[in-house]
Amino acid sequence: MKPFIRQISWWFRNEILAIPWRFISFAFIILLFFIPLFTQQPYILRVLIITNIFVLFAASWDFLSGYTGQFNLGHALFLGVAAYTAALLNTHLGLQPWATIPMGALVALIIGLIVALPALRLRGLYLALVTLSFPIILIGIVNAFPDFLGGEVGIYGVEPLTSSRVLAYYMVLLIMLISVFIMWKLTDIKSKLVRIGIILHAIREDEITARASGIDTTRYKILAFAISGFLAGIAGGLYVHFVQVAGPSTLAISLSFNALLFTIFGGIMTIYGAVVGTYILYPVIDFLRLNPFMDQIRIILMALMLIFVMLFMPGGLTRWIRDRIEVDCPRCKIINISSRRLCRVCSAPLHLDIKRKSGV
Amino acid sequence: MAPPRLNISIIILRRYPLLQNIVANGLIFGGTYAVLAAGFALVFGVARILNMAHTAFYMVAAYIIYAFISMLGMGSMLVSVLAIIIAVILATVCYILFIDRVKQHDLTVMVITIAIGMLFQEIILLIFKGDYHGVEPFIKGYLDFGKVRITYQHIFIILSSLIALGLIWVLLAKTTMGIAIRAISQDRVAANLMGINVSRVILITVGVSAAFAAFAGAVVAPNLTIYPQMWMPPLITILAAVVLGGLGSLKGAIIGAFLLGLVESAVVFLVPLGGYLREAVALVTMLIVLLVRSEGLFGIAFEEEKL
Repeated sequence: MKPFIRQISWWFRNEILAIPWRFISFAFIILLFFIPLFTQQPYILRVLIITNIFVLFAASWDFLSGYTGQFNLGHALFLGVAAYTAALLNTHLGLQPWATIPMGALVALIIGLIVALPALRLRGLYLALVTLSFPIILIGIVNAFPDFLGGEVGIYGVEPLTSSRVLAYYMVLLIMLISVFIMWKLTDIKSKLVRIGIILHAIREDEITARASGIDTTRYKILAFAISGFLAGIAGGLYVHFVQVAGPSTLAISLSFNALLFTIFGGIMTIYGAVVGTYILYPVIDFLRLNPFMDQIRIILMALMLIFVMLFMPGGLTRWIRDRIEVDCPRCKIINISSRRLCRVCSAPLHLDIKRKSGV
Repeated sequence: MAPPRLNISIIILRRYPLLQNIVANGLIFGGTYAVLAAGFALVFGVARILNMAHTAFYMVAAYIIYAFISMLGMGSMLVSVLAIIIAVILATVCYILFIDRVKQHDLTVMVITIAIGMLFQEIILLIFKGDYHGVEPFIKGYLDFGKVRITYQHIFIILSSLIALGLIWVLLAKTTMGIAIRAISQDRVAANLMGINVSRVILITVGVSAAFAAFAGAVVAPNLTIYPQMWMPPLITILAAVVLGGLGSLKGAIIGAFLLGLVESAVVFLVPLGGYLREAVALVTMLIVLLVRSEGLFGIAFEEEKL
């Protein structure tokens, strides 16, 4: 038993405490678990729950569009389809949330496979246009069948997720953390267990070369669509059971656009960037709603911020910060805090390229 | 006795006023869409910008006309010219500020233009609030063709869209600038080596495209409900039209626009609650075309975009 504890503590000191970014994430996750102990205000819990749901949504967008490079402009399709499925199952058949959410996610997965069909032949702008069109078609269908699908007002009277809001908070938080952890591990290039990370990376960088190297890119693209659709579908099920209405806003272009905004702000192609972006932007956007004037210029601020991030910080916030607080050892490639002068493992000098940076 | 061999389509048109309505409305929708799609395709061909804010200039023009007519009661011709000038200035300023420095990255440009479109929508929402408005027609009166009533305004719309398309053709075929535009859309590097100032031509193309969008907005303003989200439905249709005709092909864009105009008007007249399905039908048409023939009807297959 003792060596095991020693091993854990060694791992904790060297893999988490020594790397600032991991330490910050660790502290943040611990903080999230303790928030209901400090405050149980319904409004704050509500904002945090929806933030967690959007984290899942944005991260699944990043998995498909950022990491795999299949640029999906209609990601709300998955969320909306799952939301409508869960709402219909709940209101018509009376199924409970534990059944409707997975079933909604499964339907979203199937939709993901259907969307993947054109995606296999298209890419770049064409793919973006096609994926943009799916949720708009669905909005048209929803509005054309108001009796069954609720039309513009949506489907009312969906059961709440759980009886108490604190319980709902922990449930959503756990689902979010597990899903993001799975996506983060799947996209880990250095992983020796999972090969899919480096394959998806290769598909993003150069699909033809990946295919020439013997990778069945079709299969992996379908897989990426399925995983992303499933996780976004879980987000949709959670969302509809939390707000208790499934309306056309769950399919709206602005919702897909939110996933884009959060992810690009946080840092595209890194799953944790979506987490950071959503946790910074969504609460701010929701607090702005309290002030009537700020509520009016909320979307203007969002659009301007997106433009400026894309123009001046194309790597996103997390990369920009990581470049400043972390440095890779030039000899052994281990991550160090940038205030160190020598590497913590091999004691090689870390800041060799300072002169090159200043332009000398 | 054998029936007289008349042109069958004329018989159908005479007998079913519904069909006449569909064709008339299809031409009206299609004309507007064609002017919008032509400007859109022009910018895409020259600068490789998928300008999602294209119809935002159409909306800006409609709002300017609404503002002047409702507040000052000024003459509509003068206001239309003013609206076009303002749209051109806005478009070029947006291009210089936001697009110019990232124009190599297609998808970044696309996302930024969506953001610009939303920016316009929200600014207009701030100024004019979210109400629905209408504008008095410039020309009153109507003509009766059998059982179909066509207002002079509709004839005016069709005629002006034909004039606008003619102007684009003259610009592209008869002027030096048009030759430069076509040269750049064929091969940018070679055009640059031949001494064409590529960035200046792109800037002018962006301005011309915005001018045509504003022209379309000014002409159809009396036919529309004016509200801050009005840029979305035509944007979706012209995207579908441009992809249908083949990205980068002007002829394809115009034919695609008229085709979708007819399809949309058929859906509106034939399907109950069809007004909601207009965009859906246009997009389904686009999807089918892309699945069958991924370069569109008249498009050039760009090797780097095919798999």
